[in-house]
Amino acid sequence: MAEKVLMKGNEALAEAAMRAGCRFFFGYPITPQTEVAAYMAKHMRKNGGTYLQAESEIAAINMVLGAASAGQRVLTSSSSPGISLKSEGISYLAGSDLPAVIINIQRGGPGLGGIQPSQSDYFQATRGLGHGDFHVIVVAPSTVQEMVNLTYDAFDMADLYRMPVMILGDGILGQMMEPAEFPTESSRKLPAKDWATTGTKGERKKNIVNSLYLDPAELERTNFERYERYEKIKATEQKAECFMTEDADIVVVAYGAAARVAKNAVLAARDAGIKVGIVRPITLWPYPSDTLKEVAKTAKAFLSVELSMGQMVEDIKLSIDCAKPVYLCNRTGGMVMKPDEVLAKIKEISGGLK
Amino acid sequence: MDFKKITIFAGHYGSGKTNLAVNLAFHHKAQGRDCTICDLDIVNPYFRSKDSEEDFKAAGIRFISSPFANSNVDLPSIPAEAYSVFAKSDTYSVIDLGGDDRGSYALGRFSEFLTDESTYDMLMVINQYRPDTRTPEQVLEIKKEIEDACHVKFTGIVNNSNLGRETTVELIERTREFADECAKLLNLPLVMTTYSDKLEKPNMPNPFAINIMAKDIWQV
Repeated sequence: MAEKVLMKGNEALAEAAMRAGCRFFFGYPITPQTEVAAYMAKHMRKNGGTYLQAESEIAAINMVLGAASAGQRVLTSSSSPGISLKSEGISYLAGSDLPAVIINIQRGGPGLGGIQPSQSDYFQATRGLGHGDFHVIVVAPSTVQEMVNLTYDAFDMADLYRMPVMILGDGILGQMMEPAEFPTESSRKLPAKDWATTGTKGERKKNIVNSLYLDPAELERTNFERYERYEKIKATEQKAECFMTEDADIVVVAYGAAARVAKNAVLAARDAGIKVGIVRPITLWPYPSDTLKEVAKTAKAFLSVELSMGQMVEDIKLSIDCAKPVYLCNRTGGMVMKPDEVLAKIKEISGGLK
Repeated sequence: MDFKKITIFAGHYGSGKTNLAVNLAFHHKAQGRDCTICDLDIVNPYFRSKDSEEDFKAAGIRFISSPFANSNVDLPSIPAEAYSVFAKSDTYSVIDLGGDDRGSYALGRFSEFLTDESTYDMLMVINQYRPDTRTPEQVLEIKKEIEDACHVKFTGIVNNSNLGRETTVELIERTREFADECAKLLNLPLVMTTYSDKLEKPNMPNPFAINIMAKDIWQV
């Protein structure tokens, strides 16, 4: 570990990506993620890579598809409306079994929405990042240091499972400054990219990267195989942080910046004598259902704290088979709740439990 | 230090200009001087001096800022009222620029009013714990880029080296050599070393206590 530096979340993502071996960045500016591209513009060339501001988000994601096909570590980043534009290309990446990392620093929506922080792309990220049967792995950092660590891991998981990985942040995380340090290397053992289109040199059979299937039976088989891989990911890659959940009657579930608000509310509720804890999902797909199932054995109620209209409530209910009531404390459209608002909701639920 | 009528804070992106500008405005006020703070940041979408608008009002500090700051209008604009800063008057003014050359372009429009160094200071804010200003050579590069963008020359350096909430006196004192070398290389006086008023005073040249105004929204 080197000495710590003070970084914006967006800068930290870019720096971590380059240190993780990313040598290609294709993007298009949009608030509040533009610093990712700005940092890349300044530093990528010094690192011997290619930074290119594309003419649109659609162009950028298809450049990602090209670099990924050639076996290169490649990154694109955007914010909510830009991710919608990229979704066609993301579907093609998934259909072509290509590794790539996509950053979404969310802002308020729908439509052009606004530039203030939000988490309202939860459904899009976890369920509908494009047409067709597919998933992408979604990681949700909550500090600048975690943005760094998860960026390394996002590239590793993308290569390991040959699929896109999304780093889902929000405007707060992208814009805030915190100290961070950069690990020297990642720890996963990765397979060789023997599928990449790097030129046969007349020495091997040609590799084809493609998402078009002329035979429906073959397309079906490919989809079934891909979903077997997803099951393996669900079994091994779920990640969550638990805080004070052991004896908790009420379990708050929150990710990203909302988790930081919620944690302070949990601490304040504990001071008021309420047995409450927090589960912070770090992966949103696969969702940490095993952790929630476990805490549901003793918890009496759940509370989703999110910067969206109750989108994560569905995953909590699915995880625990609706065995316990799931409440919602939310703000949206670029507004962020204060710990007091979460605390009031915890007290309200606690009153109902007695 | 003795402050001139106009103090401009410029420097690398994220070096701490806004917090310094806000602090100096309150410092002026505490010394009994009429004060205006002028937000010329055309880069940052969040965490702007506008966050302290209520405090300015309460303290009687005049605040000039784009009407679009902190809104969803993602428009780099400067209010016409900014011109009033350069009018002859008895009040003190603090100008908060955006980071790097990109942020400093906004000052270029007013460079014609900034020719007499007895009336203004333009201070370069440096933080050695930012990854792009680790060495005096990197600082020099950014200094040149900013001066080229705004057509105004720096008059001094503020050592604002910090690691956010993890800042210690020892971390600040460790930047002494860096700050001295910057002063030598840039040929500018080191006019201030900042430290959080929550810390002990560091053994550094011209220490200046500042209140860290930026409040995390998740704090109670």
